[in-house]
Amino acid sequence: MARNVSIVLQDTADALPIIEAIKSDNPDAEVQNMPSLVRIEAPGKLVIKRDSVSERIGRDWDVQEIQLSMVTLSGNIDEDDDQFVISWQ
Amino acid sequence: MAANGKAKRLGMKQRYQMLTRHLDWETSYQPMDKVFPYDKFEGIKIKDWDGWEDPFRLTMDTYWKFQAEKERKLYAVIDSFAQNNGQLGLTDARYMNAAKLFLQGVTPLEYAAHRHFAHIGRHLRGGGARVAAQMQSIDELRHAQTQVHTLSHYNRYFDGFHDFHHMHDRVWYLSVPKSFFDDAVTAGPFEFITSISFSFEYVLTNLLFVPFMSGAAYNGDLATVTFGFSAQSDESRHMTLGLEVVKFLLEQHEDNVPIVQGWLDKWFWRGYRLLGLVAMLQDYMLPKKVMSWKEAWEVYYEEQGSALFEDLSRYGLRPPLHQEDAIKEKDRISHEVWGTFYNYTHAAAFHTWDVDDEHLDWLSEKYPDTFDKYYRPRYMMWREMAEQGKRFYNNALPQLCNVCQIPMVFTEPDDPGVICFRRSEYNGDTYHTCSAGCKHIFDNEPEKYVQSWLPVHQIYQGNCGGASVEDVLKWYHMNLGADNMDYHGSPEEKMWSEWMAGRHAEQVEYPPVKAAE
Amino acid sequence: MPVVAIKDYKGEVKDKVENFHGNQLVYLHWEDHLSFCAPLAFPLPPEMPFGAILGEILPTYYGMHPDWENVDLAEARWTLDDEDFQPDPEKSLKDLGVGHKSVLRFWTPGLKGYRGSQS
Repeated sequence: MARNVSIVLQDTADALPIIEAIKSDNPDAEVQNMPSLVRIEAPGKLVIKRDSVSERIGRDWDVQEIQLSMVTLSGNIDEDDDQFVISWQ
Repeated sequence: MAANGKAKRLGMKQRYQMLTRHLDWETSYQPMDKVFPYDKFEGIKIKDWDGWEDPFRLTMDTYWKFQAEKERKLYAVIDSFAQNNGQLGLTDARYMNAAKLFLQGVTPLEYAAHRHFAHIGRHLRGGGARVAAQMQSIDELRHAQTQVHTLSHYNRYFDGFHDFHHMHDRVWYLSVPKSFFDDAVTAGPFEFITSISFSFEYVLTNLLFVPFMSGAAYNGDLATVTFGFSAQSDESRHMTLGLEVVKFLLEQHEDNVPIVQGWLDKWFWRGYRLLGLVAMLQDYMLPKKVMSWKEAWEVYYEEQGSALFEDLSRYGLRPPLHQEDAIKEKDRISHEVWGTFYNYTHAAAFHTWDVDDEHLDWLSEKYPDTFDKYYRPRYMMWREMAEQGKRFYNNALPQLCNVCQIPMVFTEPDDPGVICFRRSEYNGDTYHTCSAGCKHIFDNEPEKYVQSWLPVHQIYQGNCGGASVEDVLKWYHMNLGADNMDYHGSPEEKMWSEWMAGRHAEQVEYPPVKAAE
Repeated sequence: MPVVAIKDYKGEVKDKVENFHGNQLVYLHWEDHLSFCAPLAFPLPPEMPFGAILGEILPTYYGMHPDWENVDLAEARWTLDDEDFQPDPEKSLKDLGVGHKSVLRFWTPGLKGYRGSQS
């Protein structure tokens, strides 16, 4: 069984579309609400897609904008212009 | 070329490659070893810096853009908090003592980190690693600045904030964080990055973040919470850098494994001892409690840490030495450290106080194996003495551990009733340490720790402003009768009581700002 | 190797006895009384008679503890640097083997802290 990866985002209006995009693109993801924070966990891999977020906010989203909402994460990162992936080997 | 004749925009990975690799070069006018004189003496062997994988691919323009955005949002919140007398929303003024300890103890470390990441941002041979270090250097300066800015609001009303930088370099309990970082910055670049980026900012980070930031959230310190979130997004980059560095070193050469293991053993223990101050804060200084130190330790170290070391075992790394002692101590260190500050509140730039019954019961519940046996009686005795007008203050100076520099308050791993004494002999002199962990560190590099600037010994050498306690406290720039002594009877307590009484008054009277020093 | 460094160096020994103006460091610790959070550190002249510790230092710094009024130092058990030790009030610290950074620990039988809690 793959170990869990996770990302923790601030519970703000900016992060909401990102959270929705993650839930939509990662069916195995579990979302936990904590004071001021939202923690998302999934086995092995989490993908955050630029298009999914852009669709939801009505403008072109830059994957690196996730820096503004991110609190912490667990897993190895791979980022490019289209997506941000967190995974364990 | 695209169809319309314009050059196609580079992708993120390519942009990053151009910044970090293609701007780098092998020097021909001077040998590379002369250009990079610091990165070999530690014995670390790097076969190929191209094996370095950049965890985040921020180019300078994206870095500035996102950091500026974070700053705009953060300063707006800080300003709003100040304008709206946000300090009136604190659960209790005693919470401020956590913030004082943070400003005095932690903020100067952010600045020291800024300086040293700038140093290694020059002296690491790999271009990708240098860029990451340079960005971290700016992050750490940002953290120092924003912490000072955030806490400056409290300085208008509360004591102990006014000269944190001066105090950090002199005061007895602040030599604990100061010596921790001095040890790191006087090491080589690879040890530094293992000690700070990996050991402190990855392995142990949650044990610092959760008490301070969640503590702030639970106790109405909106300004610090906002700072915390703003910094934490930088920290996620730092954490991944730390993990990446360790894996890179372990993969590059098998000779690196025992060196990295030795650093992990040392820095786990030094970081853990430093966190003793945070353990105390978590269990005693938060009027509204988040979780006990023991609970935080079990989740963030025992569970999460063990998963991490399991992952790293494939490189030949094992969990740090002495972690079993740390696990044994989880029922004790917060109480042992609180007791220290209760003893020496007359010499500290923050307050301690009688622990009330509700709080005692919470502690009993969280620490069923030790609290009622060892620590509740102590607090009962102190309460009785305070009620008789003989509040307990320890009038002698304590013995300090030569490595962690904390007073020798820690007990034998298997006996909470006996102080743990360890000693080493070196070149005809004796050196005392508080634990097997600190002794191990001393014995490995005695030449380093014979140089420890131990506050108690320095006072006795006459280097701290004079012979009396009062002379020394003045040399520390402490405002006597305001910064120090029990919370009960302090100017702050009086001010807070008046504010709280004033909340229900018919006429609004905004708190006056303290006169400038 | 005494330290991994870029060149050979010897660290300055900050706490050599010469730095203490004729005094030496001595650590005292009353066992089973952890309300005193740590052992106590003193700068003392090596020629000082041990009696000054028994008669002046201990009562001054430990006297506020409720157990102290019941202490009979004649009954106390001592160690010096982890070896059994017999105090002699007339002899000097030096003559008794109490040197720079020596640790003196003592137990007062029957007195184990506030309500026997080792505090």
